Order: sequence, then structure tokens, then C-alpha cells
Amino acid sequence: MRINTLFYTIRQGLRNIFRNKSFTLASIATISSCLFLFGLFFSIVTNFQNIVKNAEQKVGITVFFDEGLEDKRIEEIGQLISKRPEVSEIHFVSAEEAWDSFKEDYLHEYADGFTENPLENSANYRVNLSDVSMQSALVTYIESIPGVRKINRSELTATTLTGINALIAYVSVGIIAILLAVSIFLISNTVTIGISVRKEEINIMKYIGATDFFVRSPFVIEGMLIGLIGAVIPLGIIYVLYNIVMEYIIDRFPMLTNLLSFLTVHEIFNVLTPVSLGIGVGIGFLGSIVTVRKHLRV
Amino acid sequence: MDTAVKKKGRKDAEDTQEIISLTNVSKAYSTGAPALKDVNLHINKGEFVFIVGDSGSGKSTLIKLLLRELVITSGDINVMGYDLARIKHRRIPKFRRNIGIVFQDFRLLKDRNVYENVAFAQRIIQKSGKEIRKNVPSILGIVGLAGKYKAKPKQLSGGEQQRVALARALVNKPAILLADEPTGNLDPKNSWEIMKLLEQINESGTTVLVVTHNREIVNAMQKRVVTLKRGVIVSDEEKGGYIDED
Repeated sequence: MRINTLFYTIRQGLRNIFRNKSFTLASIATISSCLFLFGLFFSIVTNFQNIVKNAEQKVGITVFFDEGLEDKRIEEIGQLISKRPEVSEIHFVSAEEAWDSFKEDYLHEYADGFTENPLENSANYRVNLSDVSMQSALVTYIESIPGVRKINRSELTATTLTGINALIAYVSVGIIAILLAVSIFLISNTVTIGISVRKEEINIMKYIGATDFFVRSPFVIEGMLIGLIGAVIPLGIIYVLYNIVMEYIIDRFPMLTNLLSFLTVHEIFNVLTPVSLGIGVGIGFLGSIVTVRKHLRV
Repeated sequence: MDTAVKKKGRKDAEDTQEIISLTNVSKAYSTGAPALKDVNLHINKGEFVFIVGDSGSGKSTLIKLLLRELVITSGDINVMGYDLARIKHRRIPKFRRNIGIVFQDFRLLKDRNVYENVAFAQRIIQKSGKEIRKNVPSILGIVGLAGKYKAKPKQLSGGEQQRVALARALVNKPAILLADEPTGNLDPKNSWEIMKLLEQINESGTTVLVVTHNREIVNAMQKRVVTLKRGVIVSDEEKGGYIDED
């Protein structure tokens, strides 16, 4: 393709956008609203997943040993546990550390009354899991290791988190699929109207001897530009909105931010920006190329 | 083999100077009677031919076949060495670049000025900016519209719009010019001016086919006249006239 043909094609694509303002606006509004919903949903879902993930990591199990078990055996048990694939982290807490942390958390100055460590047999491993749904399998395994006296765990938390995670995955896939289907349908409709308005021009081009590629290109560029604009607008809105909501939550519910860990706007946009732009431009490209193809057999 | 046949076809066409050749061509639509029946029409390079006939006689079908907008049902059709019954879809654009076309309703792009309407044809065949800047003013000069290159179609009279359409058809220097009722929407004065332009274009070597209803013009110009009636060629005369239906 000649350079001036390329520029001509891009210029025509831009002209098309301004030539049918109402159709262009309708297309941009459609993509924008779909991608806005998508972005909104994405922000909520990723934050929720992040919260669940953090909660999962906090849901650990505590492994206690038989009284007077040798340090060597304790070390062996630690090695056995850390070999398991579902274990993300294992941390040894000595009896002294356990007591120190208990004093700090609950007793404060009242701890001075104790001369001996009441938690003498409380040395333990704190084990965190990478996948909370594997908790009961891991517990069964650890219970079978000789030298293990007791395991503390939270079954309810584990099953609840597993359930929420699955639910979020299904719901998000479902809603995103519906949104995309609606977008493609609406864009195809809008492009069809746009093309029928310019059918005459396409016919003249074909009579003069324009190749399919030459006829299609301006429309495809138009579609991609509409998709691009349709993606940038909701991204901007969500960026501003996200910051406002986060500031509001931090300001009004400081308690919540201690319990739940929210993602920063940059963490969200690192993924949301390329995905939204890709979907916008992709929908514009697909919608226009499929629709133009239908009108090319002169 | 395909290429061999094509090459041979081209050579024959060159030898005989035959630029359009229809042999036993029939075209039937899926519904109703055949639009063209057993048509034999041979036109040499540089000829000026009127195609006349009432509506429903098959004139439009003939034009569409020559542009390869429609495919023949049976027979052979060869234009500029292209076998239009077998041409591949992707080769059609290149074929059409040999043909300039003018319609009764001008079919100009209303949102673009005269210059852009003509330049449009050059852009489609991917001429360079330099060539476009040279060719467009030159052809606008030939059709007498050099001074109006900035005007939009709706600011022009019917005759002027048809000249723009003519300039657009000619700017790519086609070997054949098809004019489908070019004077259908024009008054007698403008009609004559367009016809004179067509004659001038023909004199410079372009083969011209004019489909028309205009009896006065056909009779006055004394060119070859092919008359169609219900899909059949009923007469084909050198220096002919408009044959009345009755």
C-alpha cells in the first residue's frame, strides 16, 4: 500500500466518524457503557478476589507437638510439612515467642506476675496454605505424622472462602460474557446502519475498480477508532471514580481498611487499561469488518 | 491453461481490435423471463455505439454484464481480453479500471467538492499525490469545469454535475466508457453538450457505449445503433437511427 493511500484511508476513517455524528455517538455510547460496566465490575471483582486471597493467606493451621519432643524431630516434622505443594509458608514459633506474643496481645503490664512460661508446651508451626480448599487434606496428612499432638484450624472459614471464590469466578465470567455479547450485537447494528448510509459511495468505489481492501479499510479504521474512544472514556471515568470511592472509604470507614486490603488504582489499571482498549478496538474491528464484508459483493 | 487461454484471448482481441465480444450470451434471473437471449455483439476498439431500447429491453442487464456486476447464464463474454464468465473475484477491480462509467443520476459524492469527486477515482487506483494534482485539473479543464473545482455537487446544474461524473470516469484513462442514460436528467442544450464531449472523447481513442432513450440525439449523430427488444438484438446498424417500437 502506498503511503499516501494509507493516509487517505486514515483520513477517510476520521471523516466517516464526523460525517455520521449521530451513529458515531451511538456507537461510542454503546461501547462506553458496556466497557464502563465491565471496568466497574472488574474493579469490584479484583478487589474482592484480593481480599479473599489475603484472607486465605491469613487462614493458617497451627501444629502442636507431643510434650518434650526433641528439637531434631520438630525440625523433621517441619521439613515434611513444607514439602507439601499446598503449603505456601511455614513458620516456627518457639514457646518463648508464643508467650511473648500472647503477653503483648492480651496481658500487657499484667504479664509481670508470671515467672515461668505458662505456654511451655506451645511451640508450634504456623502453616499458611496457597489454596485454602486443600486444608482438610493437609490436616489429615499432618495428623498422621508421629510427634504431632494437635492441630488448630478453622474449617468454617476455609469452606466459606472456597465457596465465595468459586461464586465470584462464575458470576464474573457470566456477566462479562453477557456484556460482550450485547456490545457486539449493538455495534454490528450501528455499523450496518452506517454502511447502509454510505452504500452508494461503496458502489461507486466498486464501479471505479476499488479493491475490497481499499473499500473496507476506512470503515475498519472508523470502527477501531470508535472502539478506542469508547474504551478511553470509561477508563477515565473509572479512574476518577475509583480514587473518589477509595478516599471516601478510607476517610469514613478506617476500620474497614484495616480488615480488608484494597488494590491501588494503579494495580487495577495495569490490567484494566490494556484489556479495555483491546476489547474496545477488537469489537470495533470485528463489528466493522464483518459488516462491511456483507456489502462488498457488487 | 487458464492463463494460456486468456493470453490467446488477449492476442485475438488485439489482432481484430475487438474490445467487447458477446457470443450467444443469455442472462436469466432466478425469477421471471430471460433478461437477455442469445445476444451476439462485437465492438471494436475506438467505436461509438448507441444501445437503444425501451425499458425492460435488457439494456441495464447488458451494462451490468459488461461491468461484471452480473454473471452471464450461458455463452461467452470477453471484455478487453478478460473472460468475464470465469474471472476471479479478486481480479474484478483491476478489470474495472479499464472501464469508465457515467450514470443518469450522476452518483457524485455529495459531501465532497468537484476536485475531490474526481480525485476520488485516482485515489482508488492508488495514484500518487503528485499525479493526482496533475491529472485532476487537466481533466476538469477538458470537461470545462476548471473554474468550479471547489464547488459542491448541489451548487452545480445537472449538466455540470454530469460533466463532473464524466471527468471522474475519464481521469483514469479507461479504454471503454459506458454511459448509462447520460442525458436522461438533462435539458436538450446540456444533453447536446454532453454528447459532444462524448464524441470528443471517442475521437481521442476511447471506445464509447451510450445507452439512451434520446431519439433526437441518436438520429442526429449517425453512429452505430444497436437496438434491443425484450432481451434480443433486433437491429445493429452502422450510422443507424432510433427504431420505433411499433
